[in-house]
Amino acid sequence: MGDFSDAFLNARVLARYAPDILQGVWVTLALSVLIVLSGTLLGLALAALRALGPLPLRLPVIAFADIFRALPPLVLILIAYFGLPSVGVFMSSFTVLFVVLTLVLAAFAEEIFWAGITSVPKGQWEAARSTGLSSAQTLVWVVLPQAVRLAIPPLTNRAIAVTKMTALGTVIGVSDILNQATTAQSFSGNASPLLLAAVAYIAIFLPLVVLSRWLETRFAWRRV
Amino acid sequence: MSNALELAGVTKRFGDFRALDGVDLRVRTGELVFLIGPSGSGKSTLLRCCNLLECPDQGAVLLEGRNIAGPGIDLDATRRRIGMVFQAFNLYPHLDALGNVTLALRKVLRLPRAEAEARGHAALTRVGLADKARNRPAELSGGQQQRVAIARSMALEPQVMLFDEPTSALDPELVGEVLSVMRELRADGMTMIVVSHEMRFAREAADRVVFMDSGRIVEEGTPEALFSAPRSERLRSFLARVAA
Repeated sequence: MGDFSDAFLNARVLARYAPDILQGVWVTLALSVLIVLSGTLLGLALAALRALGPLPLRLPVIAFADIFRALPPLVLILIAYFGLPSVGVFMSSFTVLFVVLTLVLAAFAEEIFWAGITSVPKGQWEAARSTGLSSAQTLVWVVLPQAVRLAIPPLTNRAIAVTKMTALGTVIGVSDILNQATTAQSFSGNASPLLLAAVAYIAIFLPLVVLSRWLETRFAWRRV
Repeated sequence: MSNALELAGVTKRFGDFRALDGVDLRVRTGELVFLIGPSGSGKSTLLRCCNLLECPDQGAVLLEGRNIAGPGIDLDATRRRIGMVFQAFNLYPHLDALGNVTLALRKVLRLPRAEAEARGHAALTRVGLADKARNRPAELSGGQQQRVAIARSMALEPQVMLFDEPTSALDPELVGEVLSVMRELRADGMTMIVVSHEMRFAREAADRVVFMDSGRIVEEGTPEALFSAPRSERLRSFLARVAA
């Protein structure tokens, strides 16, 4: 037991590196919020484009969603960080992580919104169009309010899964929680910062998991 | 009397299937035309061509003399002048009854909220559901839902209303309340085209009955003439099957 507490709960090491990890918390939080907002909105916009746009616009949306869901995010991160500078595109490690994970979440969100849109019965479109609503108005006022409710449970799960991938940023030096913790661990030769990182992740993501469950019940309503 | 709606040589194919085969139909203003026929005879397709939910492959659809199936027509502006009531009601489940009725008033006619709600309440009152304005569709019976759907169409003050089997999805004891709303609409002079199997309602309320089979109009005339003295063998056997 003494070995364990020295390895994971070393008070001196914890006190020394807690401020660094707290700094990592802000980076992870900022990235998570940015990724969830922009990824969800981009995914919604792409699903709307797929629902309303002509075929030449729909096909690229489908291709994008398929490719970004198929590739491991770490591969995309490494390509963007180490590959793009050789074609003249320079991004900070923070920007690379934000852009890649936003696109990954957008790809999943597009598919989730699309599934919601297609599960709204055709009669809803016909009823709305028969009263003179345009297809865009029908999508916004009739179909999306129903599709989004269906999308919320899978979307919150996916958003949590993708934001947890911010830990991948550690391989390109984003100063997020995990990066701060591994740095602290190698300087101190002690694993306590890693346990502190785990606690920090739980502090961030457990409320999100609980929030997602609340959203699921909040947006459930009796189907006709 | 003038024609509210006219179909001229309307043809519609789904793949190899000819759903409508050169149909001509004139509906006068204030007239109630009843479409009957076996399933697959093209009644619903004909109705859906009237507001271009289906686009005819050939032929013209004239709303007050103007072809709305041709190029250069603002379909959305045209559709709001043609109301449609569906077999499955198709109410918006996320909106209450008033929200269902006012959506197009606000988004298509762009009325301010207060004015849209005043018109919405008036429409719900006409179908006897003023007290259900704040109920969601899931909280209403089938008959009430269909009456909200009628109010939703009516509120736009259309020139013509299309009814696609409006009572087929209802329990028998709920059919009457929907038919009585339709009766009142007719009394107010609304032009209506109704696809339905309610033969007694046809006999009582229709100005004209149109019998379709295989995408064509086989016979048409007053309810009295069609039901009492059918000329074609196809109509005779259809009426015998319906009566059985």
